[in-house]
Amino acid sequence: MAGAHLQNPLVFRIAHPTTPAHESGPMTEPTSTSAADPTSTGGGADLHIVDVTKRFASFTAVDDLTLTIPAGSFFALLGPSGCGKTTTLRMVAGLEEPSAGRIVIGSEDVTHRKPYQRPVNTVFQSYALFPHLDIFENVAFGLRRSKKKDVRNEVEAMLELVELSSFARRKPSQLSGGQQQRVAVARALINKPEVLLLDEPLGALDLKLRRQMQIEMKRIQTDVGITFVHVTHDQEEAMTMADTIAVMNAGRIEQMGAPIELYENPVTTFVANFLGQSNLIKGQLTGKSGGDALLEVQGQRMAMPTARVHSERDDVWVGVRPEKVQISRAGTPTDGENSIAGRVTDASYIGVSTQYLVQLPWGQEVGVFSQNLSTEGPLGTGDDVVLHWNPAHTFALDAAQDADAGAEKIEGDE
Amino acid sequence: MSTITIDERRAQALAQLPPYREPGIATRGLRWVRAHLVQFCAALALLYMFIPVFVVVLFSFNSPTSKFNYVWNEFSTSAWVNVWKDPEITDSLTISIQVAVVSTIVATVLGSLIAFAIGRHKFRGRGATNLLIFMPMATPEVVMGSSLLTLFVAAQQEGSLGPVTIIIAHIMFSISFVVVTVKARIAGLDSRLEQAAMDLYADEKTTFRKVTFPLVLPGIVAGAMLAFSLSFDDFVITNFTSGQTVTFPMYIWGAAGRGIPPEANVVGAIMFGIALIIVLVPEIVRSVRKR
Repeated sequence: MAGAHLQNPLVFRIAHPTTPAHESGPMTEPTSTSAADPTSTGGGADLHIVDVTKRFASFTAVDDLTLTIPAGSFFALLGPSGCGKTTTLRMVAGLEEPSAGRIVIGSEDVTHRKPYQRPVNTVFQSYALFPHLDIFENVAFGLRRSKKKDVRNEVEAMLELVELSSFARRKPSQLSGGQQQRVAVARALINKPEVLLLDEPLGALDLKLRRQMQIEMKRIQTDVGITFVHVTHDQEEAMTMADTIAVMNAGRIEQMGAPIELYENPVTTFVANFLGQSNLIKGQLTGKSGGDALLEVQGQRMAMPTARVHSERDDVWVGVRPEKVQISRAGTPTDGENSIAGRVTDASYIGVSTQYLVQLPWGQEVGVFSQNLSTEGPLGTGDDVVLHWNPAHTFALDAAQDADAGAEKIEGDE
Repeated sequence: MSTITIDERRAQALAQLPPYREPGIATRGLRWVRAHLVQFCAALALLYMFIPVFVVVLFSFNSPTSKFNYVWNEFSTSAWVNVWKDPEITDSLTISIQVAVVSTIVATVLGSLIAFAIGRHKFRGRGATNLLIFMPMATPEVVMGSSLLTLFVAAQQEGSLGPVTIIIAHIMFSISFVVVTVKARIAGLDSRLEQAAMDLYADEKTTFRKVTFPLVLPGIVAGAMLAFSLSFDDFVITNFTSGQTVTFPMYIWGAAGRGIPPEANVVGAIMFGIALIIVLVPEIVRSVRKR
């Protein structure tokens, strides 16, 4: 594998990221982003989406979106069906025209350029391979359009990379889903675009193959250093692959950051629920003490770092992730921790952990994922317990928001 | 708890099962009939469809005793040898082929353009156009033929009735069939393929040339073949618009009164053979390529 990488056509050092020569329209200026930066491992250009709005007849798909995706990053747009992530991608590809705003790639405004005049390639959701052309010609399509020489060697090298050399003369319909997906990636990547757009590229694959392709895609991205923009509704997929995630909801970005940042410190209830699970309990901010904010939760005093308070108001949702909560028999001392008493209503032993549902005195049920570290065996239904967690794992969100926002994930495409 | 071996446990379990019975011969027979009923019906339907063709081919090898080629007499290849010697047959066949070729080309070009317009663009009157396209298919041929004759006469063109008026009439009714065939193909075309082509640096023209057209082509070919056979075969409308010109179906119709010669069967058999080749060759090529 390592040897193969040396002759890997994707490990190109693009001093001047050559925009494929357009059949019409002016040649793009080479962007200086990667050329000027000696540490840059490859090509790619910054992608700027500035104040972009897209309105369809009856609704606004993308609402005043502003986003900068740095060159060479693996960026994920994550959100439920209909949140506007695919529309955003299609506007970058030029398949949809923004109602307002600008799209800039590198130093070039491409807002009103045709799709074939943009240094961008797309891996479509259903791959959109040309059924009348064989695999070789599918991969060669972009090179032939931009009148490249040496198409044969480039395509062969690319097919080698995606391990489909022996399928060159097959038609797409004769390939499996995973193979078709690799052809779609090869067909886009061979053009060395500044930005590669991926529209739910793994959505049609089964779980095992998807995991495998996630790692594969991540490897390819690291090799080529091209800016990848990946659209998905699968939070695990986004977290596995992307170095930056923007969580989208109803045409807007809820929160953007590294996966760990989004998961550990969500700023809205939507993010808290869409990425993993969260327990949200009503509480009030009562004051400050040093770097800590003081809380009152159903008569119980709690503390948390002020940096994790994301509310202008005193009424807040006090949040904590289920796996951050420790569960102990009632009466266990919990010095310096936030704690609440409760009673176990359900315990599911699933090997690596036990998942508890615990009812709190005011009726609310919260989830706890507990590692099976205890030697006494798991707690049972009806046991009185105390839940406790580190104040630094607490987050507080504006209570004006719906506590269930983003909790119901709808599978499928937009 | 006493330990027992796997074999013992298996024997115990088997002993508890009800006894196994072979299904009887009646049950098996009924099962076979049920399983093969569909094939049997299909075979009957195919037989029904192909008996006429079989008779045509068979009687092309007959040497009829009278001028009526209805009774089997003896095997002969004379009709096959002499088929191109009867000027009535060759002349009418030539006219029919000329008419079919010209009307097919014009109808296919116009029909495909209409299909693209209806299938790809939204314009005022699109629904109405769609409906009007179906009208010639729904109109009885007798009505259309007589209307056309009235039209040509009203335009004082009765003197020029002949191949040109036949072609005009054939183009008219063929277009609908081409439109319907091509439109179905366009409707089944995934627009994401064109988007993918544009994404891969193909401008609008190149996208059409490299992706849209090749993918719609089978529909266009099918439409053209349909138009050709409709034109070649048409009798009713042709009869109204032909004037003194005699096409092949008209020759057969005329000959039927005074006895159809086996040469007509030969032409029929040849046409069937050509159709068969057109249908089978691509299939064979495809299956050979796959191997």
